[in-house]
Amino acid sequence: MQVSITINGEQVSRDVEARTLLVHFIRDTPGLTGTHWGCDTSNCGACVVLMDGKPLKSCTTLAAMCEGHEIRTVESLEVDGRLDPVQQGFHELHALQCGFCTPGMLMTARALLDDNPDPSELEIRTAISGAICRCTGYQNIVSAIRWAAEHEAAHKQEV
Amino acid sequence: MATVEQRPSDAERPIGFGRLKRKEDARFIRGKGTYLDDIRLPGMVYGAMLRSPFAHARIVSIDTSRALAHPGVAAVVTAKDLETLGLAWMPTISYDTQAVLAGDKVRFQGQEVAFVIATDEYTANDALALIDVDYEPLAAVVNARKALDPDAPLIRDDKAGQLDNLASPTWEAGDEDATKLAFEQADTIVSRDIIYPRCHPAPLETCGIIADFNPETGQLDIYNGNQAPHAHRTVYAHVAGLAEHMIRIRCNDIGGGFGNKVPVYPGYVCAIAGSIVAGVPVKWVENRTENLTSTGFARDYVMHAEMCSRDGKITGLRVDVIADHGAFDSTAQPTKFPAGFFHIVCGSYDLQAAHVKVKAVYTNKAPGGVAYRCSFRITEAVYLVERMVDALALQMGVDPIELRMRSFIAPEQFPYETTTGWTYDSGNYAETMRVAMEIAGYEELRREQAEKRARGELMGIGVSFFTEGVGAGPRKHMDILGLAMNDGADLRLHPSGKAVVSISAQTQGQGHETTFAQIVAEELGIPPEDVEVRHGDTDRSPYGLGTYGSRSTPVSGAAVAVVSRKVRDKARLIAATMLEARPEDLAWEKGRWYVKGDPEKGALIEEITQRAYSGEPMPAGLEGGLDAQVIYDPPNLTYPYGAYIAVVDIDPDTAQVRIRRFIAVDDCGVRINPMIVEGQIHGGLAEGIGIALMEVITFDEEGNCLNSSFMDYLIPTALECPDFELGETVTPCPHHPLGAKGVGESPNVGSPPAIVNAVIDALHATHGVDHIDMPCTPARVWAAMQGRPEPPQ
Amino acid sequence: MQTPAPFEYERATSVDGALASLQRLGPAARVIAGGHSLLPMMKLRLATPEHLIDINDLAELSYIREEGEEIAIGALTRHVDLLKSELLAERFPMFADAESVIADPVVRNRGTIGGSLCQADAAEDLSAVCTAAKCTAVIRGAEGTRTVPIEEFHLGPYMTAVADGEILTEIRLPLRAGAGSAHEKVERRAGDWAIAAASAAVWMDGGTIADAGIALSAVGLTTIHVSRAEELLRAKAPSEELFAQAGELASADCSPMADGRGPVDYKRHLAGVLTQRALRRAVARALQQEA
Repeated sequence: MQVSITINGEQVSRDVEARTLLVHFIRDTPGLTGTHWGCDTSNCGACVVLMDGKPLKSCTTLAAMCEGHEIRTVESLEVDGRLDPVQQGFHELHALQCGFCTPGMLMTARALLDDNPDPSELEIRTAISGAICRCTGYQNIVSAIRWAAEHEAAHKQEV
Repeated sequence: MATVEQRPSDAERPIGFGRLKRKEDARFIRGKGTYLDDIRLPGMVYGAMLRSPFAHARIVSIDTSRALAHPGVAAVVTAKDLETLGLAWMPTISYDTQAVLAGDKVRFQGQEVAFVIATDEYTANDALALIDVDYEPLAAVVNARKALDPDAPLIRDDKAGQLDNLASPTWEAGDEDATKLAFEQADTIVSRDIIYPRCHPAPLETCGIIADFNPETGQLDIYNGNQAPHAHRTVYAHVAGLAEHMIRIRCNDIGGGFGNKVPVYPGYVCAIAGSIVAGVPVKWVENRTENLTSTGFARDYVMHAEMCSRDGKITGLRVDVIADHGAFDSTAQPTKFPAGFFHIVCGSYDLQAAHVKVKAVYTNKAPGGVAYRCSFRITEAVYLVERMVDALALQMGVDPIELRMRSFIAPEQFPYETTTGWTYDSGNYAETMRVAMEIAGYEELRREQAEKRARGELMGIGVSFFTEGVGAGPRKHMDILGLAMNDGADLRLHPSGKAVVSISAQTQGQGHETTFAQIVAEELGIPPEDVEVRHGDTDRSPYGLGTYGSRSTPVSGAAVAVVSRKVRDKARLIAATMLEARPEDLAWEKGRWYVKGDPEKGALIEEITQRAYSGEPMPAGLEGGLDAQVIYDPPNLTYPYGAYIAVVDIDPDTAQVRIRRFIAVDDCGVRINPMIVEGQIHGGLAEGIGIALMEVITFDEEGNCLNSSFMDYLIPTALECPDFELGETVTPCPHHPLGAKGVGESPNVGSPPAIVNAVIDALHATHGVDHIDMPCTPARVWAAMQGRPEPPQ
Repeated sequence: MQTPAPFEYERATSVDGALASLQRLGPAARVIAGGHSLLPMMKLRLATPEHLIDINDLAELSYIREEGEEIAIGALTRHVDLLKSELLAERFPMFADAESVIADPVVRNRGTIGGSLCQADAAEDLSAVCTAAKCTAVIRGAEGTRTVPIEEFHLGPYMTAVADGEILTEIRLPLRAGAGSAHEKVERRAGDWAIAAASAAVWMDGGTIADAGIALSAVGLTTIHVSRAEELLRAKAPSEELFAQAGELASADCSPMADGRGPVDYKRHLAGVLTQRALRRAVARALQQEA
């Protein structure tokens, strides 16, 4: 069947099987292998993207179900050469090591800050509790998201 | 790297050691890493593996006709096909053999039975259901303690002369008689049966491979996330009968290793065989269930130990271990060390004597054992000794830190030869322990505990102190499959003054692209952003045995320091010519050789490099260019150590354990990049929490794996991990060129015993608990509180 | 990754349309909403429907509103909306208690109350919540709409009163004075299924419990409705002793099975402990003693 999804603001249309999972639809699109997968049971969060601004496990969604919706992947964060504050925060605070969970964590962080610009540590830990990281022990990820929150607040004040 | 909003200060961008932000982040934060499954090659086909549902069964027949009839299926490979290529069995690192595809029998649930090659991943998965295998189930051996019972079914009847399920005969270390004497002279003795259950490294990226054989050129290109690409290449050359230089392995980015990506797996061999036969690239990526049920697990040591003391000091230790190796002995360790480095179980103490015995058995479970940041079984050893020290302290009525302080090896005793044959390089243990106590506020914690206990609240404080031996290792002492555990470094400075350093070590997230550039920067004064670190490509890196056992810094790090100094020494000779001075009249400051008597007169490293490539005269006997090569043979292992304190609260009614605080003070010698060291420690501590509280691979009596997905193999989330409180002491390694020791595995080594000691500490006074096995799930903690702790199986 | 077997897909544009498709396609067709129970089962090939009818566009089935003496919740209401609902927080805080520990925040963006109830896993927290709240399920089929009391909704493991060709459209909660409720859960790790969970709702009349609802998750083949505890509590003044007795009945009346989460005796013990805790909080909330 023909499936057409808006990904990062662009229409992506392909003929796929009904059973094609969103994560595979995304990853089969040139330049969009930043969304990963790490399990079979919707537990690890490596596949998280945003659908209509909300985090979604793309391994547990059919591509067909996303027609008419807006998907955002990690590749959408950097705009015109400017890193998103969540990306910058992860770099500043050493919130990644192997990088495999990073795209899912970044998209979760982006959605969190869009919804709650001043999250507490507990709110951050809760927001990312649907994603597993094996490398960092989460502490620097939490600090990085706080850094991004503070950085965005400061930027808004300046403007 | 694109826009950074402010220019970082020199403190933020050190030339040399320091908290340098990572160079490799640039691609990862953009989702531009190249992990194995990201790679697509023209004409590529996909493999999928059919696996045994039974733990032990005879294969009566395999019918592949329905699968072959599927239009999307190109081939179905079985053991029979591999036999014609001589690939049905492959050698393991432990000199055993492992079936690539099962022919006569299956010997663990999840064992590889047939390999499908199809047009795409979905079709390959579909085709698995179309292969009909007729099995005749056999009784399974699941309990390691029962594997050697006279009526236990024989698992390895494929091995001539194998009459039982012994995988590796008893290996001993230490002195049995001296230990007997120590126990006779002791005034306190404790004994425990302690299990370190089976768990799994479960990196977030599963294992996979792309094999691309070009029939015209005879070149085999392999893309594979693996921790030891050169060693793999040697194995493939041997197994597939190809010339080594015709095999190229590229690792690109790896989503975590933790020892899981050290072994050669049957899926790799099948993909290679498929590509050789079909002449197109074959990709095989395992799913998570396959990862958990068939790839290298960790631990599974069944231990019995006794420890004794005299006059308030620990004097002796006796340990007897049954190691469960699964159906094939594929443990990855140095040749003469079938129990790895387990005999470091003598610990951090000035013992009178110790005696260790380890034997290994086969069971009908997945093969493996050495993985998950274990430093070759040091996780098992430290868990054992630190649990025993607490048990002894309990028996003696002494504070567990006090007992350790009394028994530590003293600083003046280094280098210290232990009772089981180790020579520890350097250490000031008491100091590190004191730093941990101070960060924790130990005395205040004990006061709080007493108050809470009076109110019926269960709070526990657990300690562990570990010494580990990493950075394997000296040629004279160890090898893997006959290959020396030496690593190389090639350093080349270009005319521009920028450098490329190629290393054998292979990163899976440890930050090598940054830290190794920092080493070159420290030695030569070239900014790290001008030093490219190459790794992971066997065509473009020197031979070495890879990354595991925390050996990157001790071995590859040393190699990079030494090769940088070689380049620096050559630069000195060139500078002498440039400055018309004698080499011995020159002194070095970072980035520059200068004349001792006339400091203004000097040559920058960039100028020296340019000169080396120019047409200007070189010193007599010296070739042009500025580069060097080193293969580093470490003189000894390095011995990082640490003091950890865990604070837990246990709900008295539900028995849930919460880690309130975790204090970790590590001494890993000189820290090249403290930010990266701390990140490694955070990650390892989270793994330790997982192992202590929730991670376990269990089986039922028939050998069915009960933890085969992330629904049941539970990994800690951000809600289970506290804010870790880190401290450091720095006791340089005397034999390492940089004084560094390595740290990657320390946090996983030291944290489980601290947590379990804390749980017991919380429950002893009120519930009489003096032992519990991991994982300390609510159900298991509750059972212990009722007076009946049960081992995992 | 494991991948599903092939199937046909269509998107429903109306409830009637979905029902018509179900009728036409028969039991080989299944409705899919959030899909976070169904798709994982399909990937593991434990479920192999031949047709999926996507009902995610049926916005008319997503609502939480007060309707007279009841709160009506559309079956397609997402977990995250139940968690954030101010109406439910005020009237039935047990929903927020449960939702904050159901799966993880990302899954909660998609999973629905209808999906959870129809999945009918004995460990579903919402099944216990709805049972304690004495809900009614509204089921629509070709012949029209019918209501089923929640204690008749769950028939067994993965089995509900929703017949082939029918769809659960709504859950209705009766509103009565003096309500307080709570949900307590113990799990091995955040996001995991319950080892055991207890939902308690009370309706106070002055200092007396006029009515109570007690239900348990994960300690039987299906949700356990502890009616004996409810009988015990009616017309009594709340006390620690009373809660303990209710807990004992909960322990006795459940039928847990041993599995990786725990053995039978521990689960029974938890059923009792959590019933007490849930009751204590429910009463405190009803009496507005808890903030």
